[in-house]
Amino acid sequence: MAAKQKQSEPIGIFLDRKDGHVVLVPAGDWVMDNLAAIDKDLRDLEEEIGTSPAVFDVRGLGRIDLAGAFVLGRTVRSCERPHMEFQYIGKHSIAQKLMAEADANSEVCPLPPPPRNLLDEVLTRSGRAVMRALDEGVQTAAFLGQLLMTFGRVLTHPRRMRWNAIVNVAEEAGVNALPIIALLAFFIGAVVAFLGANLLTRFGASLFTVDLVALAVLREFGVMMMALILAGRSNSAFTAHIGAMKMRQEIDAMQVLGMDTFEVLVLPRVIACVVMAPVLAFAATIAGLIGGGLVTWAVLDVSPTLFVSRMQENVPLVHFWVGIAKAPVFALAISIIGCRQGLLVEGNVQSLGERTTASVVQALFTVIFIDAVFAMVYLELGL
Amino acid sequence: MSADPHQNIIEVRNLTNAFGPHVVHQNLDLDVRRGEVLGLVGGSGTGKSVLMNTILGLRKPQGGQIRVLGHDTQSPSSRRGLESRWGVLFQNGALFSSLTVKENVILPLREHTRLPEKLMSELADMKIMLAGLEADAGVKRPSELSGGMLKRAALARALALDPELLFFDEPTSGLDPISAAAFDELIGQLQSTLDLSVFMITHDLDSLYAICDRVAVLADKKVEIVAPVKDVVKSEHPWIQAYFHGKRGRSVIGDSGK
Repeated sequence: MAAKQKQSEPIGIFLDRKDGHVVLVPAGDWVMDNLAAIDKDLRDLEEEIGTSPAVFDVRGLGRIDLAGAFVLGRTVRSCERPHMEFQYIGKHSIAQKLMAEADANSEVCPLPPPPRNLLDEVLTRSGRAVMRALDEGVQTAAFLGQLLMTFGRVLTHPRRMRWNAIVNVAEEAGVNALPIIALLAFFIGAVVAFLGANLLTRFGASLFTVDLVALAVLREFGVMMMALILAGRSNSAFTAHIGAMKMRQEIDAMQVLGMDTFEVLVLPRVIACVVMAPVLAFAATIAGLIGGGLVTWAVLDVSPTLFVSRMQENVPLVHFWVGIAKAPVFALAISIIGCRQGLLVEGNVQSLGERTTASVVQALFTVIFIDAVFAMVYLELGL
Repeated sequence: MSADPHQNIIEVRNLTNAFGPHVVHQNLDLDVRRGEVLGLVGGSGTGKSVLMNTILGLRKPQGGQIRVLGHDTQSPSSRRGLESRWGVLFQNGALFSSLTVKENVILPLREHTRLPEKLMSELADMKIMLAGLEADAGVKRPSELSGGMLKRAALARALALDPELLFFDEPTSGLDPISAAAFDELIGQLQSTLDLSVFMITHDLDSLYAICDRVAVLADKKVEIVAPVKDVVKSEHPWIQAYFHGKRGRSVIGDSGK
């Protein structure tokens, strides 16, 4: 076995019958690399031998490793005789030892897997998914409740407010996100303007493009861009950060030190997000209007002055407030989802991945759902 | 088994390792013979794990040659093929957390052999039991295992391809003394049945006495001494004196009789 890399002998097995005994004569090198060729033959042999008494003639056996010993022993093992003393003809330097070792560690009769019903499976899974979604909703509401309690407690003891953490998160999730949010809003404003220019010119109402851009960006797209980036960028960062702390037992350490995780980790993130969101939404709105304005200028020759004055005449200020009012609500939902999923991470890497995914998906879903609710409310209010 | 009992399975020559200005190893030489269990000891920060990672080719040294089973581990092309002949047990198991224990054990088989699926599954079951786990541990995920079970599952993965050479990084750390002794016994038993060579980093004095044929002591950036443990104990080196004749060392020596 010293030189394992030397050319291996072809593997083979012969079967002989002698006075009611089956004599198995393995030949060649019974090492893992050679086994693929012979595995199927050995299984057929297993049937043929059944439970008749068997003897191994190991005189012609070359090298053997544990895997080889396993498949060789498997030919005579069966449910009826799980472990047996192997009988040998001749001696081999290690074959007997390895076969005994392999045999001692073999499970012979594995249980068949339980039968599955496809329809059952589909129904159970969808049922579970629905129940889990409802449960997640309830739990998130409970989380919000706990957060409000903490907030109330901190308000009465203002010294417990973590200003450093708030400013940190405000910079990371707010200020650092500003360029990307503004850039995306700029493009969306431009796209809306292209659409309007194209469509409205056909009705000879090209100037209404200004109204379209202003309404769309002020009411929806400015704040929506802010929410999407917050959900994709900061929310996942919250989950990953808190989740990693959970995995490294930092959260446990906090608790035994008597620190409130809500106060230390959740509240600063939520406050920072809620405060920064209107600012980001405002920036996004302005960027969207600039994008739309530039396109109307280029395509329809509406000068920036005309764009602004037309906006002032035709688009009441209330649309701006309608849009910007949604920002803190979105930020609240996004940040609590991110923090809650982070705290739900368990001790393994996989759950960190699952929770981060769940966090982003839930945040996006919630943002769009809340937006729809706002639309209905505004409709009823006549705004 | 081997023709030449003193044939070296690992040869380290003139190894120099440094992190920036901080030199960890300087002109370090070390041999591991075929069929022996070599225990590597040394104080914290003497670069035991760095040495193992360098031997495994995970770290590029600043100088020196390393040959494992006759292959140079520093160049990827010459290292190829070596992966199926060695098994490595990392300190915390390093099991893939997204796979079950059995899938972890099957993985090397799938990568390096072309065995039928059913046979791979049977072999994995055998390796799991060989490592001292119940057969039903195979369906569990690494996160559901206790520390001792994790080490055993990692051992099953290291044994998956019937390697000739096993590397252990502190196999008994984090185990209670009883589990540690059982693990030592398992390593010793596997080593003799499967004719393995073992390179083992350890802090555990009991392991040194129980299963190591020779002990190498890392100190002053090189291997201070390589010898059977009863000879190492006699060394005059201050760290070795403190290690073997300190409070903890004395009790072990006392038990096993001088």
